[in-house]
Formats: sequence, structure tokens, C-alpha cells
Amino acid sequence: MKLSIQVNEGPYQHQATDSAYNFTKAAIEAGHEIFRVFFYHDGVNNGTRYTTPPQDDRNIVDRWSELSAEHDLDLVLCVAAAQRRGLVDEGEQERNKKDGNNIAPGFRISGLGQLIEAGIQSDRLVVFGD
Amino acid sequence: MSVTKKFLYVNRRAPYGTIYAWESLEVVLIGAAFEQDVALAFVDDGVYQLAKGQDTKGIGMKNFSPTYSALGDYDINKIYVEKESLEARGLTLEDLQHLVWEDEDEDWAEKDSIQVVTSAELADLMEQQDVVLSF
Amino acid sequence: MSMLHTVNKSPFEKDSMNSCLRLSADGSSILLIEDGVFAAQEGTVVSDSVKEAMKSKKVYALQEDINARGVQGKVMDGIELVDYAGFVKLVTEHDKVQSWV
Repeated sequence: MKLSIQVNEGPYQHQATDSAYNFTKAAIEAGHEIFRVFFYHDGVNNGTRYTTPPQDDRNIVDRWSELSAEHDLDLVLCVAAAQRRGLVDEGEQERNKKDGNNIAPGFRISGLGQLIEAGIQSDRLVVFGD
Repeated sequence: MSVTKKFLYVNRRAPYGTIYAWESLEVVLIGAAFEQDVALAFVDDGVYQLAKGQDTKGIGMKNFSPTYSALGDYDINKIYVEKESLEARGLTLEDLQHLVWEDEDEDWAEKDSIQVVTSAELADLMEQQDVVLSF
Repeated sequence: MSMLHTVNKSPFEKDSMNSCLRLSADGSSILLIEDGVFAAQEGTVVSDSVKEAMKSKKVYALQEDINARGVQGKVMDGIELVDYAGFVKLVTEHDKVQSWV
């Protein structure tokens, strides 16, 4: 089955992204296709490579990046939400004349249409949030 | 992308205290371009999103409540408000914005977009959807 | 199958569980995750309303979240515990999912 996941909260503050990660992993292990993981609201904060948790804690951002690399996961940060919260890729850096970018490997920034498309193209959409 | 699905946006948060209401409305507006069968439900504190007379000057935030009255222009005319949520908050339909849409099939007659429904009716409506986005 | 509802809020802190119970149709399923699993406990102020709901709806709770919160021994009879694989299975077995976030 084709599944999509929406993540509405950032890392560490709320369990939503942990739950979404565990769910996504279990879905892949069960042989399902993940069409897209869409990060919205504070969920876009899951996509900054500057996250540096203590060594004895999980690295939520790296975990998503690694899962993406292993399974070719499409991790999308909503552009409007990302701009508000300072998540920047190279394109956004150039467009908005910022002095750097911070997006983590495996993530990309795109429009809200990607969420609607995920809803249309997937058999199920599961929302994780606060 | 010729598939048409029934999308329901479930709004349960008040405006301004958190950004969910505003960012949910952004999804609705963008989603309108995809020509899906869209409906909105307002339950719990979500009913406050539609309250008349919102004035945000004193808190320095953008008043996005006028945007709801534009939904009819986006062909979004199924707006369900849960009766029990209104009653629990001492509100009636009179306390909400009057949202309308123009029916092309009836010589652009102006019709109400908001339907007040009971919990049981809304539960049934939810069962009829293909995709439920919750904010 | 009909709708799967997920509830991730403690019933002692937020009203999500009540909203879910009020707005879920008979025959639908409810999965308690994160702090929502506290609603699965026996002997709380919400146990009776959960038991009432279980007459017409199937209630599940996520084992991993139950374990994490140390309430393993307190889950009321009739609530089925599932792991993440079971969560995925529930999602695929139902037509759609509503998250009471």
C-alpha cells in the first residue's frame, strides 16, 4: 500500500516526530511504499542539519536523513512554514539573500501542494502532531 | 492527476494562540487549486476561528479572519460547524461570520456555506471522506 | 473497514479523547498513542466513558507508549495492545485515519 505521513511538530519538544519515524520505519519493514513525508508547522524544524543533541540521545534529524538515504524517502519541508522558521536550502538562500543554509541531507523544501498531492496519490495519509 | 477525492479539513484550534488555524487555512487555499471535493469542519475551539468581530490590532498579529469569507470564491462551500462545540462555548450561529457562496447552477444565487451539524451527523460525514487532514 | 482514529493526548490534560469519542461513528476504531495511552488505564476518572465507547467501538493502545510510561499492568480488559507493526496494520485495514492532534 502507498502511505504518506504528515509531521506537525519539531524535534525533541514533542513525541510526534519520534512516533512518525517509528511508524514510517515499521511501514517500510512491512513492505509498504512511503510516497512522501511532509513536514508542516514546527515540523519543518526536523530538517535542520545544525541539530546537535547530547551523544546519549537520539539524533532525530540524522535518523530521518539516514532513513531517506536507505529507502529513497521523499522528505518535504513546507516552504511557507520553513521560511517563517528559518529553514533554508540553497535555492531559498539565493532567493531571499540569506548568508547561509541549514537544510539536512535527504530533505527538500517545496510547496503545500506537495501535501495535497500526497493526499491524492496515497492510499492513506497519517498525521502526527501535538 | 484526474483523481477526485473527498478531502476534509478538521479544525480544532482557536486562532492566534497557536499558528495551526492560520497554517491550516493556507493548506485549504493552496489545496483549492487541485480541484478536489473539499469540506471544512470546525469543532472544539476551532469554532472560534469563524467568530465575528476579531480585532487583532492590540496583539500585533495579522487578522486572517476575513480570508474565510473568500472561501466561497474558491468553490469551498461545505463548512460544517459542530453544534455541540458551539453550545459548549455559549455560542450560536449568530456569533459567527456569515459565509456565503454563489451557485453557478442557480443563476449565481447566494447561499450559506456554513451548516451547523450535530456530533452524530459530523461523525457520519467524516466516515464519508477519503482524506482527513487534522489541524 | 471504517475510520481509524488516533488520540495522542492525556485525557487528564486535554479534551481530545472526549472529542474523539463524541465524533467517532459506531463501528470505528480508536488507537491510543503517546500520552493518549493513559486513557487505557483501569480505575481512572475516564475509565467508565472509555468502557462505554468500547460497546460500539474497538479501542487499541500502542504497547511501546504504554511501556514507556510504566502503565503496563494497568490496562483495562478489552483494550487490545498493538506494536508499531500493528499500528501500520490498523492504518491499512481502515479506509482512512483521523488524528485527534
